[in-house]
Amino acid sequence: MTRFILTRIASAIPTLILVSIAVFGLLRFIPGDPAALMLGDLAKPGQVEAMRIQMGLDKPVVAQYLIWVGNALTGDFGKSISTGQDVLPLILNAFSVSASIVLLGVLIAALIAVPAGMLAAWRQNSPGDVGVIAVSTILLSIPSFWLGLMLLLVFGLHLGWLPVIGYVPFSQGFWPALVYIVLPVTTLVLSEAGPIARMARASTIEVARLEYITHARAKGLSEPAVMWRHAFKNAFAPTLTLIGFVLGSLLGGIAVIETVFTLPGLGRLLVDAIYARDYPVVQGTMLFVAAIYVVVNLIVDLLYPFLDPRVAA
Amino acid sequence: MMDGMAFEKNDMLSVRDLTITVGPSGKRIVDALSFDLAAGDMMALVGESGSGKTMAARAILGLLPQPLVTAPQSRILFKDSDLTRLEPKAMRKVRGAEIGMVFQEPMVSLNPAVTIGEQMAEGLRLHHKLAKVEIRDRSLAMLERIRIKEPAKCLAAYPHEFSGGMRQRIMLASVMLLKPRLLIADEPTTALDTLVQRDVLDLMVELTQANGTAVLLISHDLGMVSHYIPNVVVMSEGKAVESGPSSEVLRAPTHDYTRRLLDALPQRSAGGTRGGDCGKPIVEIRDVVIDYPGRNRLFSRTEAKRAVHGVDLTVRRGETLALVGASGSGKTTLGRAIVGLVKPTSGEISFLGAEGLEPADRHGRHREMQIVFQDPYSSLDPRQRIADIIAEPLKLDKSMSAAERERRVEQVFTEVGLSSDFRRRFPHQLSGGQRQRVAIARAIVGRPAFVVADEPVSALDMTVQKQILLLIRELQARHNFACLFVSHDLGAVEQVADRIAVMQDGRIVEIGERDDVIDRPQHPYTRQLLEAAMLIDRRFAETNPLEQAMAR
Repeated sequence: MTRFILTRIASAIPTLILVSIAVFGLLRFIPGDPAALMLGDLAKPGQVEAMRIQMGLDKPVVAQYLIWVGNALTGDFGKSISTGQDVLPLILNAFSVSASIVLLGVLIAALIAVPAGMLAAWRQNSPGDVGVIAVSTILLSIPSFWLGLMLLLVFGLHLGWLPVIGYVPFSQGFWPALVYIVLPVTTLVLSEAGPIARMARASTIEVARLEYITHARAKGLSEPAVMWRHAFKNAFAPTLTLIGFVLGSLLGGIAVIETVFTLPGLGRLLVDAIYARDYPVVQGTMLFVAAIYVVVNLIVDLLYPFLDPRVAA
Repeated sequence: MMDGMAFEKNDMLSVRDLTITVGPSGKRIVDALSFDLAAGDMMALVGESGSGKTMAARAILGLLPQPLVTAPQSRILFKDSDLTRLEPKAMRKVRGAEIGMVFQEPMVSLNPAVTIGEQMAEGLRLHHKLAKVEIRDRSLAMLERIRIKEPAKCLAAYPHEFSGGMRQRIMLASVMLLKPRLLIADEPTTALDTLVQRDVLDLMVELTQANGTAVLLISHDLGMVSHYIPNVVVMSEGKAVESGPSSEVLRAPTHDYTRRLLDALPQRSAGGTRGGDCGKPIVEIRDVVIDYPGRNRLFSRTEAKRAVHGVDLTVRRGETLALVGASGSGKTTLGRAIVGLVKPTSGEISFLGAEGLEPADRHGRHREMQIVFQDPYSSLDPRQRIADIIAEPLKLDKSMSAAERERRVEQVFTEVGLSSDFRRRFPHQLSGGQRQRVAIARAIVGRPAFVVADEPVSALDMTVQKQILLLIRELQARHNFACLFVSHDLGAVEQVADRIAVMQDGRIVEIGERDDVIDRPQHPYTRQLLEAAMLIDRRFAETNPLEQAMAR
């Protein structure tokens, strides 16, 4: 078990190295000189040269990469070109906004969708099952920005129950913060519940056919006991993988939802930085997003043996 | 049926007119099946796949899979109640506590995500409301009884840590732990090796006799039934065609179907060995060692495992050499190494006189050797049509024209006894036996000099096994290829082999002419294998051999 954990953690390292090379290379090989960009159109040639030296751009690419990675490892992602702020605090602030919405949203979505999917599978082809499939398909086909806008329109403008714009961090009080994130979280729950429910249903149907489920019934267990004790763990494993993917990609920024609800999250930070050609912020954010993705999937992998002891063998 | 007599024996289970249909008015899977089983007695429902025997057994516990339903006229009287009319809650009290069930596939009938201890405890907790310590004590005692080495460790382990035979013993233990009055065992040993089969059945008899539990065994294996079970009901297409004491039914079958089943029992092929020494060696292997490399881990390598320890073997043109052994003996690995699917660690494998470790090299020699796999359900590409599957090996021969290929495929269809209607079909539209014919056709279509048949009949019903074995022999006589027949089943081997090599733990412990090995085994392991398989024949021999059946 310890070996399994160590192996998994260690195998995440090459992924992170590849990602850092890709992020570094992407910005290095797109046309345009960051030094010239930084100085603007009015810079004299000599100034650009001086800037290049100051930024380390005259060094060989490999050296530049190593310096950048070395700094990143010590938490130094450089300074934003447009605002001059340190990049890391920028990222962390934005991340805390995205993370609070995403974690809450995916958690609630899973709590609703997994039982719904499993119950639907257990009563396959019943009206309840058809209902779950219908609702999840509808939710799946609605774009999240449209859903967000509709929610804003109904609950924000027409009913006036909830604020339409802005964000208050949880550090400034639980209730005010909650009021501001209700709508984005709801949007997320509605748009993510569909795929999770469908996955939970599909994998439960698969498991329900297996002989150990019949065996459990032949022991005299009641249906809820069969479902909870024998079907849940086995059926939940593929769903957990899906939740991991969803969580990983959403934590990397929910740019659309953040734009609709004007939230200062990670997705918007990245989009704004790209528009502003703020390379240190773009680089730092992309590296951070990739790291989050890797870490979330690592956590899912580490949880997997609890559901399926065979993988750690 | 002998109703009057049966009632005197104080029946515990009486099944009357059990009829199972697909949906309320669909096709009949089981048709008016009736039988009685007295307390502490043993009875077998015998039939081939599709005969409805498994569904009949499941209906007793009310565990029919979805579209199937029990028709209203059916009665299943158990003790004082009719199980077909029981409320779900009352039914759950019967399941496990009164009637236990053991399933066929020990690999999938234990939950992979729950520890053995928990799966054993579940029933006790549910039906007997025992304290934790008591449950643990009883589980440990039961595991000791079935001779599990470290019972405490076993309780904390997961099913995947055990072999198939062990799992089936654990399964039996967990069911018998509740001391049911009736045990339904659905093909409990079909998935196991001969030696292990006997072990599990002995254990089943031991545990049920000790507890006075009646047994309803579902099986397709008449040989096994004749040895273990005194009463038998033979089922065909949902109907009971014959029933009575096993000795009578099996000695003097009155129904055609029973005779067909008996006819399919292994018997020695006439003619004995052909070719003998005069055949030219096709495959010669010298001192072959095969290691399974340890898996590469990040921080360490798991230990390499030696599957084959320095084996010498020769297969001659036109002969069948059977490679016999239990699972894990290395027989499959060796067969695969010869056709080049596994690379030997050291040693020499020469094919048609050419030496080299990789006989299936790029000089097209792989066309000369083919393999037939065990499971015809997974060895055929489900998305290819039968004619395309069979024609595939021919496409390696660039000199062959499409018309020629077509002709050859047509010819092979006839040779393996497949109607050419099947050409355009897909594998899932064929039965297991038909699929195995396709796999054989694919193997011989290129006229190979050598064919490896890796347990080609162990996934099939008895009567189908017989047909396939006869087919292999017939094809060999016609095309004179050399055949390595890998199997754990001495019954099957006896029917096709010219010579037999017995393999144990990666070594060949005995090799010789078929009749010598079977009639005068030298090695204790061979004797052990024979004892496990032959018991059945010997029993028949004692009670008058089935001469009628044999004669045909």
